[in-house]
Amino acid sequence: MTSKPRASALLALALLAACSSNPASAPPGANQGSEPEPGAADKAPAASAMIAIDGSSTVFPISEAMAEEFQKENPAKVTIGVSGTGGGFKKFCKQETVITGASRPIKPTEVEMCKEAGVEYIELPVAYDGIAVVIHKDNDWAKELTVEDLKRMWEPGAQGKVTKWSQVRTGWPDKEIHLFGPGVDSGTYDYFTKAIVGKEHASRGDFTSSEDDNVLVQGVATDPLALGFFGYAYYSENKAKLGLAAITDGDEENGAGHIQPTPETVANGTYQPLSRPVFIYVNKGASARPEVNAFIEYYLTKGTPLVEETGYIPLPPKAYELALKRFKDGVHGSLFLGGGSKVGVTVEELLAGK
Amino acid sequence: MQASEATVAATATQQQSPLRGSVPLSERAIEAFLLGCGLITILTTVGILLVLAFETFAFFQEVTLGQLLLDTQWTPLFADKHFGIWPLVGGTMLTSAVAIAVALPFGLMAAIFLSEFASARWRKTLKPALEVLAGVPTIVYGYFALVVITPALQAVIPDLAGFNALSPGLVMGIMIIPLIASLSEDALYAVPNSLREGAYALGASKLPTIFRVTLPAAAGGIAASVILAISRAIGETMVVAIAAGQQPRLTADPRVPVETMTAYIVQVSMGDTPTGTIEYRTIFVVGTALFVMTFVMNVLSYRLAKRFRRDS
Repeated sequence: MTSKPRASALLALALLAACSSNPASAPPGANQGSEPEPGAADKAPAASAMIAIDGSSTVFPISEAMAEEFQKENPAKVTIGVSGTGGGFKKFCKQETVITGASRPIKPTEVEMCKEAGVEYIELPVAYDGIAVVIHKDNDWAKELTVEDLKRMWEPGAQGKVTKWSQVRTGWPDKEIHLFGPGVDSGTYDYFTKAIVGKEHASRGDFTSSEDDNVLVQGVATDPLALGFFGYAYYSENKAKLGLAAITDGDEENGAGHIQPTPETVANGTYQPLSRPVFIYVNKGASARPEVNAFIEYYLTKGTPLVEETGYIPLPPKAYELALKRFKDGVHGSLFLGGGSKVGVTVEELLAGK
Repeated sequence: MQASEATVAATATQQQSPLRGSVPLSERAIEAFLLGCGLITILTTVGILLVLAFETFAFFQEVTLGQLLLDTQWTPLFADKHFGIWPLVGGTMLTSAVAIAVALPFGLMAAIFLSEFASARWRKTLKPALEVLAGVPTIVYGYFALVVITPALQAVIPDLAGFNALSPGLVMGIMIIPLIASLSEDALYAVPNSLREGAYALGASKLPTIFRVTLPAAAGGIAASVILAISRAIGETMVVAIAAGQQPRLTADPRVPVETMTAYIVQVSMGDTPTGTIEYRTIFVVGTALFVMTFVMNVLSYRLAKRFRRDS
């Protein structure tokens, strides 16, 4: 007999607690929106004010910086993942994300994937990046490389055969060569193979491959026989630990001799063939959402100084204007006609010549 | 009041029911519960085996056993695909061999000290202290290898790569010392005192007694502990994934980057390999191979331990 009233009292208490906790939690929830904390993104008050981003590890530092600054003035929450360019497009076409970073243009297979899912996208170039070819600090023989040298090291035919420096060029040490490169889902890998080997996604398989660029930095920095490649921004962050190789493509018209990647040589197109634009792709359907609209506008106008701060090379101001116009007009599709990586083009030419 | 009468009636029937069966209902419920607990682990094992078998079978629809066992290159993620598993097995063997080379002498010496020399009080304090080593999370060992041991070794060994088999091997060895020490100590301690006394009676001093009498008598148990340690080293993931590198390479040189079987599984799971592809299935094949290796080791260890128990 006595247990029943006790139970109902408990229930009532619980209900009361539940009722009172709801209104109580609402104000902090609303306040949260104005907090500039990116980490609290998953506790956002409403799902609609979330901007989900994924994609390239190369574009990640830019988007991260943009999101951090953007959230200081806007209540929307931005979450950013790093799945590589290919992995990012998979999620983007499944509509799990509204923006995806890409260190190469969208590929025909990905165009098809998005088309099937009914996803329309707007392609926006956001910065230039050079792919840095890095060596150990004490390496004094491979400071100047030709595209041919790199091809001999990286082409699929080198697998299991070219294992020593002396096999790449006579006169180099008769010691093992340890290669480090980004994982196969990475756009940097796609672009590098296209530019060096001539075919996207074709390389030897017996090298240390990691989606985590910091692993590559660590590997090359601590191995005197190493050679690796990754985005210029990761090199400029770790300058003190790494050696940088100068590259020549043999074509004297786009800059004579061996050229190192620097902000200047990447932007003016003389660091060839390893400089390229990087992109974000925006879901066209979601671009109408005010927070997405505001974020992209921030990305292409007020946020552009962040590109340089994060170690990338900003596009010329004119190119950002053209990109913003492209976004406002809602131009669907790729400037590269879905053809994947293209070597040696400037963004201005592309945007202007549409 | 009616309600309370009903409760009384209910308890009365409950009290009656045990009289009907020979085993009380509550006891049978407990038995069923315990059986369920046991079944969960068995069913999980069966489930894992089925998934491994299923995916491995699917793998062999596209790749032959010959391609897996007769090739010496492992590049399933790349343009020129090779499925020779030996570079991964080699990487695993190399790191494990280094680990055992460290853990066996130190573990065994520690076991001999604890069993033959240490007083009861020492033994009581030292043994748990040794086992604390086994409680350190493996990721801590991994970064210890990468940022402390590797740079220290590089000061001594020129040409040592930043990722190599040596440093994680050494650290893994330290990690499994407690395993060998603890199990070997049990084996040594279980050797009957009459054997030692017999040796003393024949005029043997302490060291000959240990190495000629006690150790051989406990050999089965010690071997079992070593095999368990090997299987632990083979299955270790975090330490090698962090510090050994990610380059499948068939080599016996511990100074260069290698990739172990476990590290390969980690590498593929971290990327975005779509399910159902051949790249995805490779991790199950590697998993199956790993399972077979550790299973054989564990059976061997069990057999040895059993024989040693019968002998003593």
